[in-house]
Amino acid sequence: MNTIALGVTRATYETRVYFRQSDTIFFTFLFPIVMLSIFSVAFSATGNVGTNADGTGGISQAAFYLPGMIAAGILLSGVQNLAVDIAVERGDGTLKRLGGTPLPVLSYFIGKIGQVLLTSMLQIGLLLLIARFAFDVELPTDGDKWVTFAWVYLLGIFTSAVLGIALSRIPRTGKSATAVIIPIVLVLQFISGVYLAFSMLPEWLQNVASVFPLKWMAQGMRSVFLPDSFASQEQGGEWGLTGVAIVLVVWLVVGLIASRLTFRWIRKDS
Amino acid sequence: MTDSSAHVRVRDIRKTYGKFTALDGVSFDVARGETFALLGPNGAGKSTLIEILEGYRDRTGGDVSVLGVDPQHGGLEWKAKLGIVLQSTGESGNVTVHEQLTHFARFYPNPRDVDETIAAVGLTSKAKTRIKALSGGQRRRVDVALGVIGRPELLFLDEPTTGFDPEARHEFWELIRELKREGTTILLTTHYLDEAAQLGDRAGIISAGRLIEIGEINEIGGPAARVPIVRWRDSGGLHEERTSEPAHTVAALFARLGKEPDGLEVIRPSLESVYLGLVSAAAASATDLAKELA
Repeated sequence: MNTIALGVTRATYETRVYFRQSDTIFFTFLFPIVMLSIFSVAFSATGNVGTNADGTGGISQAAFYLPGMIAAGILLSGVQNLAVDIAVERGDGTLKRLGGTPLPVLSYFIGKIGQVLLTSMLQIGLLLLIARFAFDVELPTDGDKWVTFAWVYLLGIFTSAVLGIALSRIPRTGKSATAVIIPIVLVLQFISGVYLAFSMLPEWLQNVASVFPLKWMAQGMRSVFLPDSFASQEQGGEWGLTGVAIVLVVWLVVGLIASRLTFRWIRKDS
Repeated sequence: MTDSSAHVRVRDIRKTYGKFTALDGVSFDVARGETFALLGPNGAGKSTLIEILEGYRDRTGGDVSVLGVDPQHGGLEWKAKLGIVLQSTGESGNVTVHEQLTHFARFYPNPRDVDETIAAVGLTSKAKTRIKALSGGQRRRVDVALGVIGRPELLFLDEPTTGFDPEARHEFWELIRELKREGTTILLTTHYLDEAAQLGDRAGIISAGRLIEIGEINEIGGPAARVPIVRWRDSGGLHEERTSEPAHTVAALFARLGKEPDGLEVIRPSLESVYLGLVSAAAASATDLAKELA
């Protein structure tokens, strides 16, 4: 059986296991959906965002938070999911066992990335459905917007997946994996315009966040789901999609190289 | 390859971790189709040695060939011919026994039948149970099943029956005998000397990183170590006599006492007592050496 076919086999196996773990279902799969619901309900009394002086225009809190939650979902499904998952597999002997079989490393990676892609598409689909039907968010009707959505999503999810594989090297044990990875992911969400509006952050913090990919995923998603009038609140006063593409591609390459250089079935001689 | 019949060939292997020497010049061969038992106390270097042969660890010195390949450079084709049962496992096991074996079977070019393999390790009634819900002994059987699913030419078993009840251990022995009949070469480490005696063709004993004894399982320790012991009790206490003619000794004893001796036993030293004698002798000579050096 060739490497690709084995990778597909791994992806279905991995996805099945993913949905049997109640902690990943909540903290990775459902988390953005839960957060969108909480924010929409909690701030509903505050009224719309971006309303004109005469009371017209503006969008609901749910519509305002939706792009950030989509970006957070991409980050969680890729980085948090894989970094914790692989660190745990290294700790509990799963990788050691696989390393003793003729499974190619590439098939293992295809399996992980396939699992990320499948679960994250379901997650984002569910998020969009809930936004549309539970919170009455108007989704874009313009085809160009969905093209932007598709490439930002795909670039974002592949970047997140390879960064997750690379970060899985950091926790020293499987047990410490969540304690090491979740704070990194959580801080990024706070400074990248997921929970807090990016425009209200001080400029220096915006610049710090701009180094990391989440800020750009969120910005790309805002360009899809928010009215064009909101573009003026971005750094530079426009959606900046070229910047989104450049930063995500750079992180994708960094993640690929780091994964390739650091991945081992086991820590030899430890 | 100089000897094409040897599946495992180890020459003067050494492994050091900083100042600690885990393996200090071990050499042996395991022939095709042979079952070789590697014995020794905890920390003697057995697992280090077996993990070097499996390709998990790099050696510091010496030459190793496993199925004609240096394990440090073993590729996927080489791995496809090996079966590895590691000493410890602790996977979360969110898959059923059947799912796990079906999945692993796909990694190999010519795997065993999944249901037959599950039956061979006695888990047919647990095939649809998630692995995490199994007992320790049952999970160990899953490990063994995963080790043999790829129809290996060479099977490594690192303490395979730890945590088995006696019945499960006997069933496991039957499974291994079946694999032997199929021609599988087996390298086994175990703490159970009866297990080594039941399954092994030859055994090697490792102590403090050195191979202190190697030989046929029923000859190990040499003829002297296997001389039977006649033991009895009288008013003077417990008596022991080592003799190669125990019947003669017992007859003479009966003639002398004129009655049945109390607590009469004729003991043929088991592999276990031979082993314990060898290991304690090795430890004593190491202590003497240390005293001389100090």
